[in-house]
Amino acid sequence: MKKQKNILITLLLTFGMTSWAQQTPANKQTEAITITGATAHIGDGTVVENCTIVFEDGKITALGSGETTQGTVIDASGKHVYPGFIAPVKELGLIEVNAVRASRDADEIGDMIPHVRSLIAYNSESKVVESMRPNGVLMAQITPKGGRISGTSSIVQFDAWNWEDAAVKVDDGIHLNWPSSFRRGRWWLGEPRGLKPNKDYQKQVTEVETFLQNSAAYGGNTAKELNPAFAAMQGTFNGSQKLYLYADGEKEIIDGITLAKNSGIKSVVLVGGYHAYKVTDFLKENDIPVLVQFTHNTPNFEDDDYDLPYKLPKLLSDAGLLVAIQNGEASNFQTRNLPFYAGQVVGQGLAKEKAVQMITGNTAKILGIDATHGTLAIGKSATLFISEGDALDMRTNQLSHAFIDGRNISLETHQTELWKRYSGKYEGE
Amino acid sequence: MKIRLFALAILWCGSTLFAQDYFPENDGVKSKNNNYTAFTNAKIYVTPTQVIEGGTLLIQNGKVKQVGKSVSIPKNSVVVDAKGHSIYPSFIDIYSKFGVEQPKRPSGGGRATQYDASRQGFYWNDHIMPENAAIAKFKYDDKKAKELRDAGFGVVNSHIQDGIVRGTGVLVALNGSGDDSNRILDDKSAQYLSFSRSVIKKQSYPTSLMGAMALLRQMYSDAKWYAAGNSDTKDRSLEALNENKGLVQIFEAKDKGHALRADKIGDANGIQYAILGGGNEYERIAEIKGTNAKFILPINFPEAYDVSDPIAANYVNLKDMRKWNQAPSNPKILADNGIPFSLTLYDLKSPSKFKANLMKAIKYGLPKTKALEALTTVPASILGKSGSVGSLQVGRQANFLITSGDIFDKETTLYENWVQGQKNVINDKNQKDIRGNYDLSAGGMTYKMSITGEAGKPKIEIKQDTNKLKSKLSYKNDWVALSFATDKGAKNYRMTGLVNKASDNIKGKLTLPNGNESTFAAIKTSAFTKDKKDEKKDASAPEVMPVTFPNLAYGFKTKPQAETILFQNATVWTSEDSGILENTDVLIKDGKISKIGQNLSAGRAKVVDATGKHLTAGVIDEHTHIAALAVNEAGHNSTAEVKMEDVVDNEDIDIYRQLGGGVTSAQLLHGSANPIGGRSAILKLKWGESPENMIYSNSPKFIKFALGENVKQSNWQSFSRFPQTRMGVEQVFMNYFQRGKEYDTKKKSGQPYRYDEEMEVIAEILNGERFISCHSYVQSEINMMMKVADHFNFRLNTFTHILEGYKVADKMAAHGAGAGTFSDWWAYKYEVNDAIPYNAAIMQRQGVTVAINSDDGEMARRLNQEAAKTVKYGGMTELEAWKMVTINPAKLLHIDDRVGSIKVGKDADLVLWSDHPLSIYAKAEKTLIEGATYFDLEVDKQNREAIKKERTQLINMMLKEKAGGGKMQGPKMSKKERMTCESL
Repeated sequence: MKKQKNILITLLLTFGMTSWAQQTPANKQTEAITITGATAHIGDGTVVENCTIVFEDGKITALGSGETTQGTVIDASGKHVYPGFIAPVKELGLIEVNAVRASRDADEIGDMIPHVRSLIAYNSESKVVESMRPNGVLMAQITPKGGRISGTSSIVQFDAWNWEDAAVKVDDGIHLNWPSSFRRGRWWLGEPRGLKPNKDYQKQVTEVETFLQNSAAYGGNTAKELNPAFAAMQGTFNGSQKLYLYADGEKEIIDGITLAKNSGIKSVVLVGGYHAYKVTDFLKENDIPVLVQFTHNTPNFEDDDYDLPYKLPKLLSDAGLLVAIQNGEASNFQTRNLPFYAGQVVGQGLAKEKAVQMITGNTAKILGIDATHGTLAIGKSATLFISEGDALDMRTNQLSHAFIDGRNISLETHQTELWKRYSGKYEGE
Repeated sequence: MKIRLFALAILWCGSTLFAQDYFPENDGVKSKNNNYTAFTNAKIYVTPTQVIEGGTLLIQNGKVKQVGKSVSIPKNSVVVDAKGHSIYPSFIDIYSKFGVEQPKRPSGGGRATQYDASRQGFYWNDHIMPENAAIAKFKYDDKKAKELRDAGFGVVNSHIQDGIVRGTGVLVALNGSGDDSNRILDDKSAQYLSFSRSVIKKQSYPTSLMGAMALLRQMYSDAKWYAAGNSDTKDRSLEALNENKGLVQIFEAKDKGHALRADKIGDANGIQYAILGGGNEYERIAEIKGTNAKFILPINFPEAYDVSDPIAANYVNLKDMRKWNQAPSNPKILADNGIPFSLTLYDLKSPSKFKANLMKAIKYGLPKTKALEALTTVPASILGKSGSVGSLQVGRQANFLITSGDIFDKETTLYENWVQGQKNVINDKNQKDIRGNYDLSAGGMTYKMSITGEAGKPKIEIKQDTNKLKSKLSYKNDWVALSFATDKGAKNYRMTGLVNKASDNIKGKLTLPNGNESTFAAIKTSAFTKDKKDEKKDASAPEVMPVTFPNLAYGFKTKPQAETILFQNATVWTSEDSGILENTDVLIKDGKISKIGQNLSAGRAKVVDATGKHLTAGVIDEHTHIAALAVNEAGHNSTAEVKMEDVVDNEDIDIYRQLGGGVTSAQLLHGSANPIGGRSAILKLKWGESPENMIYSNSPKFIKFALGENVKQSNWQSFSRFPQTRMGVEQVFMNYFQRGKEYDTKKKSGQPYRYDEEMEVIAEILNGERFISCHSYVQSEINMMMKVADHFNFRLNTFTHILEGYKVADKMAAHGAGAGTFSDWWAYKYEVNDAIPYNAAIMQRQGVTVAINSDDGEMARRLNQEAAKTVKYGGMTELEAWKMVTINPAKLLHIDDRVGSIKVGKDADLVLWSDHPLSIYAKAEKTLIEGATYFDLEVDKQNREAIKKERTQLINMMLKEKAGGGKMQGPKMSKKERMTCESL
């Protein structure tokens, strides 16, 4: 019996691990770890060469050249260390396979449903989430999609047994898809494809306005029956939650931000921002950070510069805005390309460390987790990784180690296992 | 009761003026009017080029009897003095739906797809309806006829505007006094065709333009085969088609490209279509001229965009602004190029807009003679009816217009439109011209009144001192009714009076604001003169923007030419065994790579300093769907008969953008809707060239096959089409290849056979003349496909996508199949669950030729980066990685003897990169195809400035148009759908 059990365990370990299970989350950090000799990309725009980084109990305790080593020492000479990259506005863990309806949990029905929460549907054992890690993407803002107000997001890290353990910041923000002043022709009804003015735009704006007014009024009411939608908005009025406003056009950006501010919402983040570069003064005046669309896009307008999506983050950054890169509109699996989206901007003349900031320090600041994450700094979470070379370039983005809260996480995935399995098949022949 | 009604009906019919000679007469005695009508002293346009001043037109019994300077007028003539008037042949529209009931798209729908024909005894495809006859649906429409006559038309050719083959038209004179026995000039006047499906037929094939084209080709071939008596069954469609062969064939193209497509089909079948144009023929005028077709042009020009809101103005593309600016010159450009064309009211909201649009075309340079020809002699000649209509030569129908002067002048009044000798008054020509300036005395005050505009439809302006008053005028049957209001509209003065032909002054009755009655008098002070300012405005030729190649943003003013260029001191990635050559020069000449070496002498070559830069062969994309007007023909599960070469879109901005990413060649594949898809187009991305010039000369032949979820239609609600499983997919192939083999055997045996384009293509595959690019995902189906190929003794050339190729890479290598794969895509559907980014590396190591491809208009412009991912995933060397987007795809496409590497003698398709080409930081600075520079960062910068400038210029012109009261349309953006494998 005991022998049988042992066999079973061995079987599970050998086959179970390689054929279906996800990577087992790493154990809590129990002893200090020191990385030495690294080029440390701090995530705030600076680099420390020949850097020693020490972390204990999941937190960075020492950082600089010449710091004393402690515990396990990892020699990272010639290698690069980065804070874990952070992916905003993603439905990772909410959708596993796009075409399989049963695996989609990102878009609830209803127009104004801020009370719908992503966190409880987040699948911490998603194979897609796992595949982010070997590229250095270690955290994300898990975000519902669709409707006018899609729901409430939460921020997670990518090595956890369950959503509760994964949570870094619970219910961090509300996501509002601002109406478009132009809409696509309904070609299936014989209208020409392409864009034409949306006659309902003002009506749709008024609907949002009414909803925000009612939400604000609801907050002042003490004896009340619970209205889940209005109740869910309260954090945006008291500043504990951010409002993520999705808008691309000049008019939409100005209308949306003006209305949000006038409605008493404390902290607004612009998401998308295709034409944000035309209204940078307005954004600066209102102190609005931008989660700009990812660079691997084609221009929305035929007459636009062919490289506009490549340089858009730079245009906004040059104008003095706080900018981070998101790929909310891309398939989940693409999110592992986040470092390369940032690399693309460097090709347009942005300083490399500024590009790193756009997927680390700036992202953490915008998401409101910069006290604990986003940069390599003493006291912050040891969520970081070591790459053989420049992590923004695909040729040299080669991870040897990654840590989440100091835990040495696996860099294997469903995909690396298949790779090894089939390489083994051919080598064995 | 019933009998009485019947009798009444007979009485009514019998009372028509035009009772035929041999019909019995019961409402009186037979009588006939054989009198003549003579119009004397007129300026007569016998034809647009034969004009008689002070001539006489003599008509009798609806026909022209005599016309000329000295015509002897018979005694039994009604003589009309037309002094000062002009007489023109009335207009003809040969693309009309007048009086013919048109099928309407049924609302709703959403039923299961219908694959089979709904008719019995007709062609297998419901959209082919040569047996349709407009005459069967014809009912004379009096109201519409009047509208048309008011616009100057006398004869129209009408048809059922539905389906791909639409049957015959009916030629009708707009004679309201007669009946169908006189009006119908021809009940089988022409045959009409198009590329558009019937709106009422549900049969799903063809879903695409290329399907419609294939269907037409097959239909013509079947008609010949049928005519030779090869069919055992009756096909009324083919019989009708063969019967209609002698008629004029009119093709509805509505676009320059479609016109060329239609003409090609016509040429292959010995038919010269007359073509309904789209108004954009000027963009490819030389090729349009080359069709030798006569055109029928709609005269519906785009309205200006309302760009007063600068944010909204951003949504309007330069292309569409230009179209507004350029399109009115289309008729002029056709005329300049000697292309015969007629004009049609087709697509015009109302015939009443016709004159204004025609005047616009004339303002943009269309000669008046050409305009008149386009409305008279040309349409008549297209239909082969010059003997009866279209001119006022003796014996022609007496269809003519009487006008106050030059018919193409703004102020000219159309008095009468005679059809078949029947008079129709549009404006009373005997009514006095009251235009001029007057002193108007009314209610004890004197006002300044001026009457302008058309003599038949005059406009009024009344001023009190310098204040313009609200005023109104109507003038009909010699009576004027006019009113004006003073005190900001509070006090109304209303007047009416009969115009006295003998006096220039107008007098009559006046009702004062207080209701009291009085009289008014308008004393003429000066004669009417044309507004000088107006005239000046009209005379100035509008500025027309130059057409670029293609005619949108970033198009070329002149097409790029091959140059002799020396790239000096580059890091050269050869994609050959020589690998990477540092500090190397490359000389290109006559479109080819001429020399590779160090310190090459420049001679006359243009020198490009490439120090610190990287020179590579152009990137080749094995799998693209850009530059296509259609991707899938989804109407059948096998569509080998369709060709992507038929639907290449050379105006897709993605072509330019991909040049900006170093892409020079691409295989434009059919989509993955069917197990057997359509034939590929292998393209060089020569931005600005015609589709024909983009397609490889001597192109290798390829076809798309597909497996898995898409062909099973797994991801949408479709349960009726075979195959629904991977098991069924195999059976489709086995069946088609077996049939193809049998077809080929029969053909080669010399026995008579029915030409079948689809089977011809299958036979090409079996004979090793055509290669397959097979969309594939999971290992089971990949293996199956190779076994099918083995069974039929051919090699499966390329698996595309092939995301589980790594699981059967050894088998692929043994079979000799190549692979074109994504670098890192997965998780988008169930069948890519086991897709891994290490796929390319594993396959390559097993000896498979591997390319990294895009299937995506965005990714394609960064294929260099996608190749770099194989370094990250699976540890490819940089040299091997680079081959995956250059020489390897060239090998897969059988074009590696021409492109894919830097080798002396190969095409000079090159990219100069700012940095290591696999680096995320690299930019393509120059992209050349055959020695001509199609993309250049510096030129791109200039383009941006030029676009800004031209947009501003056009926006200003449109603002001016708006200020001048021109009709506007809201800002909108035409946008092409970005297509993928699955686009329908």
